[in-house]
Amino acid sequence: MLKYDLVVVGGGPAGMAAALKAKECGVEKILICERDETLGGILEQCIHTGFGLHYFGEELSGPEYAARFIEQIEQTDIDVKVNTMVLDITTNNDVIAINKDDGLMEISSTAIVLAMGCRERPRGAISIPGTRPAGVMTAGTAQRYANIQGYLAGKEVVILGSGDIGLIMARRMTLEGAKVKMVCELMPYSGGLTRNIVQCLEDFDIPLKLSHTVTQIHGDDRVEGVTISKVDSNLKPIPGTEEYVPCDTLMLSVGLLPENELSRSVGIYLDRITGGAIVDQYRETNHEGVFACGNVLHVHDLVDFVTQESQIAGEGAANYIKGKKAFSDYRIHTKGVNGVRYVVPQRICIDDSDQPVKLYFRVGQVFTNATVKVTRNGNVIYAKKKRKLAPGEMENIIIKPEDLQEFSEGDYLYIEVEG
Amino acid sequence: MSYDIAIIGAGVVGSLIARKLSKYDIKIALIEKCNDVAMGTSKANSAIVHAGFDALPGTLKADLNVKGTKLMGYLCEELGVPFKNIGSLVIAFNEEEMETLTSLLKRGEENNVPGLKIIGQDRLHEMEPNISKRALGALWAKTASIVCPYELTLAAAECAVINGCELYRNFEVSQIDFDNEQFTVKAKTGEEINAKYVINAAGIYSDFIASLIGDESIELVARKGEYLLMDKNLGGVVNHVIFQCPTKMGKGVLVTPTVDGNILTGPSAKDIEGKDDISTTSDELNMVRTYTSYSIPNVKLNSVITSFAGIRAHSTKNDFIIEPSKVNPHFINVAGIESPGLSAAPAIAEYVEEIMLDTMGKLPKKVKWQRTRPEPVRFRELSTVERRELIEKNPAYGQIVCRCETVTEGEIIDACHSTIPALDLDGIKRRTRAGMGRCQSGFCGPKVAEIISRELKEDLLDVTKFGRKSNVVVGKTK
Repeated sequence: MLKYDLVVVGGGPAGMAAALKAKECGVEKILICERDETLGGILEQCIHTGFGLHYFGEELSGPEYAARFIEQIEQTDIDVKVNTMVLDITTNNDVIAINKDDGLMEISSTAIVLAMGCRERPRGAISIPGTRPAGVMTAGTAQRYANIQGYLAGKEVVILGSGDIGLIMARRMTLEGAKVKMVCELMPYSGGLTRNIVQCLEDFDIPLKLSHTVTQIHGDDRVEGVTISKVDSNLKPIPGTEEYVPCDTLMLSVGLLPENELSRSVGIYLDRITGGAIVDQYRETNHEGVFACGNVLHVHDLVDFVTQESQIAGEGAANYIKGKKAFSDYRIHTKGVNGVRYVVPQRICIDDSDQPVKLYFRVGQVFTNATVKVTRNGNVIYAKKKRKLAPGEMENIIIKPEDLQEFSEGDYLYIEVEG
Repeated sequence: MSYDIAIIGAGVVGSLIARKLSKYDIKIALIEKCNDVAMGTSKANSAIVHAGFDALPGTLKADLNVKGTKLMGYLCEELGVPFKNIGSLVIAFNEEEMETLTSLLKRGEENNVPGLKIIGQDRLHEMEPNISKRALGALWAKTASIVCPYELTLAAAECAVINGCELYRNFEVSQIDFDNEQFTVKAKTGEEINAKYVINAAGIYSDFIASLIGDESIELVARKGEYLLMDKNLGGVVNHVIFQCPTKMGKGVLVTPTVDGNILTGPSAKDIEGKDDISTTSDELNMVRTYTSYSIPNVKLNSVITSFAGIRAHSTKNDFIIEPSKVNPHFINVAGIESPGLSAAPAIAEYVEEIMLDTMGKLPKKVKWQRTRPEPVRFRELSTVERRELIEKNPAYGQIVCRCETVTEGEIIDACHSTIPALDLDGIKRRTRAGMGRCQSGFCGPKVAEIISRELKEDLLDVTKFGRKSNVVVGKTK
C-alpha cells in the first residue's frame, strides 16, 4: 500500500493550489491524482484570456494560468499521477485509484483534499422535448472538440443559457466561421459575467434573448432546428410566442453541478443549494481530514477565487496533518437569507485563531444600489453598499475575528441583501 | 447472396428468432435497416418482464407472455444479460380499483400465472415504504422481472452470428419479389439478397413489409410512449415494478428500478400519425410526472437525466399476429408485437421455430451449436481484486473514460471489436454504458468518439451518434 500525508483528488487549479500550499506549509508526502492526461483541468481547453486578473494582476489564457502552477509543482517533490481515476475513499481515508501503469492502487493518506471540479447540466436535466438527434451538446463538450481535438461541433448554432462557457463558445464558434444565431436565456438576466456579455456577444452582434427558452428540438439525424419561446414571470413558455430557428447545433450552457459522487459515497454532507460539501472556514468537511475546494465545493465565477479558496484548504489540510490545529467542535452556522442564495463556508469553528474569515456568497437575483448586511442575534456586525449584485458574480465579505467571539454554539450568522 | 431464411428486423424478436433457428444447419440472414441492432422499440420500452395477468385468456399474448416469462431468467443467464426477478405490484387507490385487482388476479390464474397474491395496505407499505399512503393494497406478482432489453437483443443477435447467421446493417428493405422458389429482398441502396423463406419481424414497419408481397392484412397503429429516466441516486426509492391499475390504452404509468440501478417512469400512451415520430413532448412528459408522483409522492422529479420515447406496434386485432401469410405461406408474419412483447419474445422465438419446422419440414441440426456469446467485461461490477487482475492483464482497463458509469477504455475497445461491433457513439453507449450516466456523455463523448475513430480507422468527421447522417462534428477548426 502506498502511503502519503495528503492525497489531492483532481489536478485542476483547485487541486494544484491546495497541494502547493500544503507543501509550503511543510507537508512532506503529497500526491495529486488527475483523471485527464495532464494537470490543469478544464483550464486546458479554455484558450481564451481573462484568467488571473485578480491573482496575478495580468490577463492570461487558461493554459497559461495552469502552466504557472504546473511549473511550480514540477519544482517540488509533489507526486503527480495523471490518467488516474480515484474510484473510492474509505472511512479511514484510504484512497482507491486506478491507471494503466500502476493498475489498481490502495493509497493510505492522513488527509484528503477533494478538488474534482464540476460538470455541466445536460439536456435531460432541463427536459427539452423533441427528437434526439446528433448536435445537441453542452458548451464545454463543444469547447473540448474545438480546442483540444480541433473539430467544429456545428456551423449554425443556437445556444441555450448565458453561462460563461456558453458566452465564450459563442465567440469561439463565430471566430471559427460558424454562425451563432442567438443565445437564449430563461431568466430575465444573464448568468454570465458582464465582461463576457460585452466581449463575446455584443462585439459580435450575437443577440441575447432574455426570458426565452428552447421548447422543442427538431431533426432526425442531426439537429435541423429548434423552437424557441418567450417565458412568463413564472418561467413558463407563453403559447403563441413560438419561433422556429433553423440550426444544426444546440449548445447548452445551463448551469454547472459540483461533481460529488466520491464525496457522497464516503458520507460527506452536501449543501442542497451549492451541491458541494458543507465545510468550515478551513474547508474541512464533516468527514475528519477530508477537505474540499474549488468548483467541487461551489461553482466559482473566476479561477482566481478558486486558487485562493484552495490555498485555504491546503493550509487547513497541512495543519490537520501536523496535528497543529485542534479543530474545534464549537461551531456556528452561516446562512444566506433575503436574496442571498448560499454562503460558503457554511460553518465557522470558533477557536483561538486570530484570522479573519472570508465568506463567499451568491445572490439569487439582480440588485442595484443594495446593502449587504451580516447580522447575529439581530445585531448588524457588517454592512456595505453595493452598486450592483448579480447571480453570475460571486461576492465575498470578510468577518473580523473579534466579531466571531461571544457566539454560542449553533448560533447563526445571517447574510442578507437590503434594498 | 442466397439464404434459406431472411429475418427482417433485428429487434428483440428478430434476434431471438435468429438465435433459435441458428441451431439448424441452414443459412440465415438477419436484416436491419439501422446502424445497429435493437434500434426501434427494443431499445425504448419499459424493460419489464411481465407476469402475464394483463392479456385476455386465450390470446396469443397471454399464452406467450406466461411462457416467455418462464424462459426469460434462464435465457438471460445463458446469454449473460442483466436480469433481476424483483416482482411487480399493481396498486389500488380506491375500492373500485381493489376490485380491479381481484379481476386481474382471476385473469392471471386463468392465464396460469404462478405466484399472484393480493396484499393489504400494511404489507404494501412494508414492502414499499415510499409508495403513496393513499394506496389501499396491491396485486403482487412474484414472477415479474426487469431486464436490459437492448443487451438481450444484442446478445441474441451475437449468439446467432457466432452460429453462422449473417447480419446486414443499414439494409432498409424497399422491395420483395418472389419467383415461386425464392424471395429477392432488395434494399433502398440497391443491395439484394435471396431467401427461400422470409420472417417479417419488422416491428412497427411489419405492415409495410407484408404489403411488399401484397399482404395487406396487417393493420398497425403507432402508439407512442414517453419515459423519464432518473439518476441512480434515486435508486432504492422503489424495489418492485410499480403499476397503477390498467386503462384501455395500456398498463398505465409505471415506476421501476432498471437493472442498472436507475429509476424509470412512464410510458404515456398516444396514438400517432406516421411511424417515426419518437420525439418527446412537454405535455406527455408532464403527464408521466403527474402519474409518477401519484404513485410515489416523494420522488425527486428533478433527478431526471434523460427522457425518450418509443413506439408500440399496436395491432387493430389486439393480439400478436404470428403466422404464415395468406398471400404466401413461405412468408411468416411476426407482427403487432406490442407489450408484453419483450416478455413473450423468448416464447415467440420458440413458436416461430415450430412454424418453420411445420413449413420447411424436418431441419438438420448443427453438430455444434454455441448457446451463448462471450460476455463483455463490466468493470463497474467487479471487485477490487478482479479489477486489479484485469488491469494487470490489459492496462486499457486501467483507464476510466466514462466517469459517471465507471467505464474503462478497455471495455470501449472491446465493443469496437466484438462479434457485432459498435459502429457509433450510441452503439458504444448501449454496449458499455459509456455516456449513459448523469452527465449524458458531456465528458466522455469526445473521448469515445476519438476511440471509435482510432479503433474503426475512420476520421472523427465520419463518426456518428447512430449512423446515417448523425455526425457528431461537422468540420475541422481553422
